[in-house]
Parts: sequence; structure tokens; C-alpha cells
Amino acid sequence: MTETLAFVIDMLVHATPLIITGLAVAIAFRAGVWNIGADGQFIAGATAAAWVGVSASVEIGWLALVAALIAGIIAGAIWAALAAWLRSRFGVLEVISTIMLNFIATYGASFLVRGPLQEPTHVYPQTSGIASGAHMPILVSGTRLHWGFIVALVVAVMAWWVMKYSATGFRVRASGVNPFAARSAGLIDVSRVTTVAFVVSGAIAGLAGAIEVSGVTFALYENISPGYGYTAIAVALLAGLNPLGVIGTGILFGALETGAGAMQRNIGVPSTTASVIEAIVILAVIAVAQLRANRVTRAA
Amino acid sequence: MSDVALELASITKRFGRLIALDAASLCARRGTVHALLGENGAGKTTLMRIAFGMLQPDSGSITVDGTDCSFASPADAISAGIGMVHQHFTLVPAMTVAENIALGGRGSFRPAQIRDAIVALSERTGLAVDPAARIEDLPAGAQQRVEILKALSRDTRILILDEPTAVLTPAEARELLQKARELVSNGGTAILITHKLRDALEFADDITVLRRGSTAWTGHASEATEETLVAAMLGGERIRTDAGSAATTVATTVPDHDATVLSLRNVDVRDAAGVERLRSVTLSVSAGEILGVAAVEGNGQHELLRVLAGRLNVSSGDVTIPPIVGFIPEDRQRDALIQDFSLRDNIALLGAGARRGITNWTAIGKRTRELVRDYDVRARDELAMARSLSGGNQQKLVVGREITGSQTALVAENPSRGLDVQATAAVHARIRAARDAGMAVVIYSSDLDEVLALAGRVVVVHAGKVTEPPREYEWIGRAMLGVAGA
Repeated sequence: MTETLAFVIDMLVHATPLIITGLAVAIAFRAGVWNIGADGQFIAGATAAAWVGVSASVEIGWLALVAALIAGIIAGAIWAALAAWLRSRFGVLEVISTIMLNFIATYGASFLVRGPLQEPTHVYPQTSGIASGAHMPILVSGTRLHWGFIVALVVAVMAWWVMKYSATGFRVRASGVNPFAARSAGLIDVSRVTTVAFVVSGAIAGLAGAIEVSGVTFALYENISPGYGYTAIAVALLAGLNPLGVIGTGILFGALETGAGAMQRNIGVPSTTASVIEAIVILAVIAVAQLRANRVTRAA
Repeated sequence: MSDVALELASITKRFGRLIALDAASLCARRGTVHALLGENGAGKTTLMRIAFGMLQPDSGSITVDGTDCSFASPADAISAGIGMVHQHFTLVPAMTVAENIALGGRGSFRPAQIRDAIVALSERTGLAVDPAARIEDLPAGAQQRVEILKALSRDTRILILDEPTAVLTPAEARELLQKARELVSNGGTAILITHKLRDALEFADDITVLRRGSTAWTGHASEATEETLVAAMLGGERIRTDAGSAATTVATTVPDHDATVLSLRNVDVRDAAGVERLRSVTLSVSAGEILGVAAVEGNGQHELLRVLAGRLNVSSGDVTIPPIVGFIPEDRQRDALIQDFSLRDNIALLGAGARRGITNWTAIGKRTRELVRDYDVRARDELAMARSLSGGNQQKLVVGREITGSQTALVAENPSRGLDVQATAAVHARIRAARDAGMAVVIYSSDLDEVLALAGRVVVVHAGKVTEPPREYEWIGRAMLGVAGA
């Protein structure tokens, strides 16, 4: 395998969780819900998937994978639903509650891999490996690239289609941009629409966590997410919250992170350089978008 | 004239082409309550903002205690001994009474000192407040007391109260006005902006009436009657001419009274704070008629229109309306359109809440093109952003959306606000056409002439109650002010 091919494979493996969490963030932001909690929802999904994957018996075969993914989706949805409930019942800002839930998820997972879910020898802070039936099939044999990448593409196309063509997607967009007009002119139940979008966003982030466990790590570790849910915000914003665009920006950030690792290994450039470049890219994009918006306003 | 506390002489103020004040005058004597009366837009608040330094007059003079003054900002007015309590509260909800009163003062903040000062002021004025209470925990009446104490805390000798009773319950309002009387008994002066004739007659010593930016009447309250004040506010000649011309423009079609489209029975509406906005309202609108609604701002017409349009749930009573009622809200920029959506997507808003499955963009695009053509909306194409349209074209789009389709009723709130003459005429023509096509139409406008020009029948909302006076300018004007009889 050439070095280039290896890089591309690595890039796509890295891009997979970024694309899926990026979609989760894009959907929430489109609905006007500032879900900063994709990271916590990712971890919740990964934890549930690992638990199901470890507990699954060998006999059920590939059903273990299906069960693990569903568990991840449900866990992510529940994690987001907590914040959605706090928002609709008590008016708690989701920006705050989702960040707090991120900490709870991170340290909750740490506790589990050192306590109830720790591997039997009690040496490493991780779970046992998941049943082989719960492994995501490999896409390109001889590499780490798994079918999760295809799942990411399918979810992206589905999200794009729903937003553009379905009545539900229209309600989400209208509620997100102008809840007053959505309510008054569209007779849309804005609070219901945004709550559903919030929970779906969490479900998708949970799916990303489950795919990471079943396709890459095969167990739950501490720090299973190196901040995917936060990078996802940049991925979604850079794509202009367009689900198809998220595929491109997800791969871009996957490339940056893969390249950063290689640079550090091969020529000793600190991998944090990639973070600096990511931040500069985001700032440049926001600045250009704002400039263009200003020009449109002046012209009108 | 040493007993004159504040004199505003020949004040003129223009906003662009609009003349808000045209040589308006007011003379407030020391130790008195002076009421300033006038209809919506007569210039009451503008005149008082000039007295408080928030606006500068184009011409005219301000005299305080016999000294000529010119105020560049409210700070100048405050140092001259003038205080103002605004119509809308200007308190910080999360802060305490003491902190709010200290806000805007100079020097360092010493909580104990502020608290003692408030307690002393509170005892002297009889306005009871707890300095440690947080504003958000206080009822409206107590918040109003804090506003007044805040205004008085800076050696204020002249206190301007802008519609101070608008947010209060009747009992709180009476208490407040009695307090205002007590405050002036030791040499202070209070100017009370109001549109309530009874409050002026009962609590004021002197009254000034503004009409269309000019002083229409001024004198002692004891010399005034409801009759003279109403005549001064509405303008004698205008009544006759307008009633005559309005009558000629009334409905040409006969409403079908067998086909009631909108009906309310004993409807009550309470807002989130529990204040009654509508009280046992019974009302019906037939197919093919335009019902006009007239009211002074804040009397419950906002809620009445939203109940009729199916946009607001009632606290009690029966509401019979069609599943979708066309609705043209006052704030079209916020409530009727999504500025960053295309025209087509804004048309798709109609019925979006109940739509299922896939959106047929081809059909909606076609409908939008037809509507843009039929309603003469000047836009690049149906994919242009709503933001790129002028106010008149935006309103034509909204009117088109809310009239065409399967709707059998239309509710319009200030439909010509901010539009030029041509766009107004176009909107009016569409509303009349909707009536002729058999829709039940309800229209509210803060301009009574507009209501009379369109409506065949007019109801008045006053303090949450709906009445139907004879369809004449003067009768309606009286009912809007809550004055019975002619």
C-alpha cells in the first residue's frame, strides 16, 4: 500500500465521526438550537454501544452490530433530550446545559471504564473488546476503513433531502430562522419542532459514537472522543450548515488531523499546529461570510 | 409669573417631513398636577421628551422656574430638577430596588447609605417599597413606585409621568394618582400624560389638550367637562366632514348575515401575568362584510385580533372560526415574513404547520409567480430574498398569501402601516375585493379614518370590553376614550 493511499484511508477514518457529528450540529443549528453537546451525546452513544457490544453473545452474529448502533442512537437521543427538557420546561439555555452534560458524559464514561464496565483483569481503564458480531464490516480489505464512512454519507444525503424537500425540514428551517413568523404565519408548533430537532441531533451524534466503537476502537476507552463534538461545530459552520457540505468539511478536518499526526511522527512539528490552522480556516470563512452579507445589505 | 414651574412655549419639532409638534405650548404651575391629553400620535410624548432633554426642539423655548433653559440631554434636565417616569419600565429586573435607584447616580455605591436614603424618601412620600427586593419579584404597581422614587431621588421638583397607569390595575392606578396629588402639595409639580379623561378631570388641577401637534385647549380642570375635552381632542370640524365622506365609501355589497364565519361568545383572555385583556367579548362577523375595530393602544385589541385569527387561545368562552384564517399582523417584518427566505419559501409558510410528507416546490413556485404577477409585487423573481423587497412590496406579498387560497376569513392589523399612498391604496383595494368575494374581514387600524374608510360596521375595544357605537367618528372617538353618551 502506497503512503498516499494509507493517508487517504486514515483521513476518511478520521473524517467519519466528524461528518456524522457535524451533521448532528448542522441539524440543531438549522432549528435554532445551539447544541454544543454533540461531544457528550457522542460519548453517551459510544458507551451504550460498547455496553451492548460487550454483553452480546457470539451466537446472535451481526444482530449485535445492529443492537449496538440502535443503543448508541437511543443513548445520544436521551442525552440530548435531557437538555431539550430543561429548555422547554425551565427555560435553561441549551448552550449551558449541553456543555455541562458533556462533562457529565466524559467523567461518567471514565467512571464506568474504571468501575462497573472495566475489563476483567482490572488493569486498564477500558472495557473488554466487543463481540466480533458487533464489529463494523471493513470497506476496503486490508485497511481500517469501515462501512461507517458509507453510513456517514447516507446520513448526510438523507439529512440534505429531508431539509430541502420534506414538510418537516421546512418547519425546522422556518423555526430556526424566525420563530415568530413560523408561529404566526405558518401556524407551526415551534417548540415541538425544535425539541424534535434537538433530540434527532443527539441521536445522530450518538450514532457517531456507536460507529466509532464498532468500527475503530472495538472497546470503550477513557477519552474516546478527542473533542469530535467540538470540532463538529466548526465542520458544520464551515459547511454553511448544509448537510452535503458537511461531507467536504468533515473530510477537510479529517485530513488536517491525520496530517498533523504524520507531521509530528515524521518531522517533529507539534500536532497542535493543526488546531491553529483549523482555527484560522474557521475565522477566515466567518470573516468572508460576514463581508459578503454586509455587501448584500448595502446593495439592498 | 413666579408660580410657573415649567413653561414650554411654541415648541415645534419635525421628524423628516412629519411635523410632530406645531407650536405646541404648555404651562405647568407650581404645586399642581397638570394633565396632558391627546389621541394616539397627537404629540404628547414628543413634547415631554423635549421637556426632559431626550429630544431637542426645532424652535420654541423651555423655561424652568423663570429661567430659560436648553437641554442637550436628560442629564441637563435632571440637574434642572425635572424627572420623568416612562411609559415602559426602565428597571433592571435582576437587580434590587436599591441598586436600580442608585443606577445612573454619581460617585461610589454605598448600599447602606442608599438604603437609608430610600427609606427616608419612602417615608416622606408615602411610596412604600422594600429596598432589598428584586425588581422581577415585584408586581407592576410596586415597580411603578420604584420608577417614581428613582425619579424623585435626585431633587426632582417637576415630575413627568408618561401614561403611568397603563400597566396598572384600576386600584393601583387610583392609588398612584392620589400619591401624585400628595406629592405636589408641598410645592412640587406633576405632569401627567394620559388619554383617560376621567383621570384628568378627577386628579388634575390644570389640563392641556394636544391635537395633531398643537395645543387645542388649556385651562383649569374645574372649567372643563368631558364634552369640551372630547371636542378639543377630536376636533370639531373634522367630525362632520369625516363622517360625511366616510359614509360614501362604505360597503357596496350586502353582507350575508346568515353565514356567520367568525364568532366569539363570552370570551375572556388573561395574559401570562394574569391580567385580564378581554372581558366577556361576544362578537360575530358574517361572510362578505368588513368589521372595523377601533381602540386606543393597549386596550385589548391586540388580543382580540389574535383570537379571531386563531393565533391566541382564550382563557374561557366559545370561539368558532375556520381552520385557517388569513392574518396580516402589524409587525410584518417579524411576524409575517422570514426575511432570509425566498418569496417562494415565504409563500410556503402558509399552512406549513399542518403540511405532511414532501413539499411540492414546483407547484409552490408556480403559485408564487402567479401571486407576484397578480398582486404587482416588484421583485427579481420568486427566488429573490424577502429582505430585498420594499415595505410596500413585502406587504402586497403578505396580503396576497393571506387572501388567496381556501381561507374564508381575514384579520388585518394596521395593514397600511409604513406604506406610501399608492401601496396603501393597493392594499385597501385587495381587502375590499376579498370582502366582495365573500370573505369575512376584520380590520384594525390605529388611524380611525382608515377603519371608517373600509369597514361597514365598527366595534370599539376599551379596557378589554367590546362595544358597538353608531358608525360615526364622534361616537367612536368617545367610546375609544371610554366616555358614554353624546
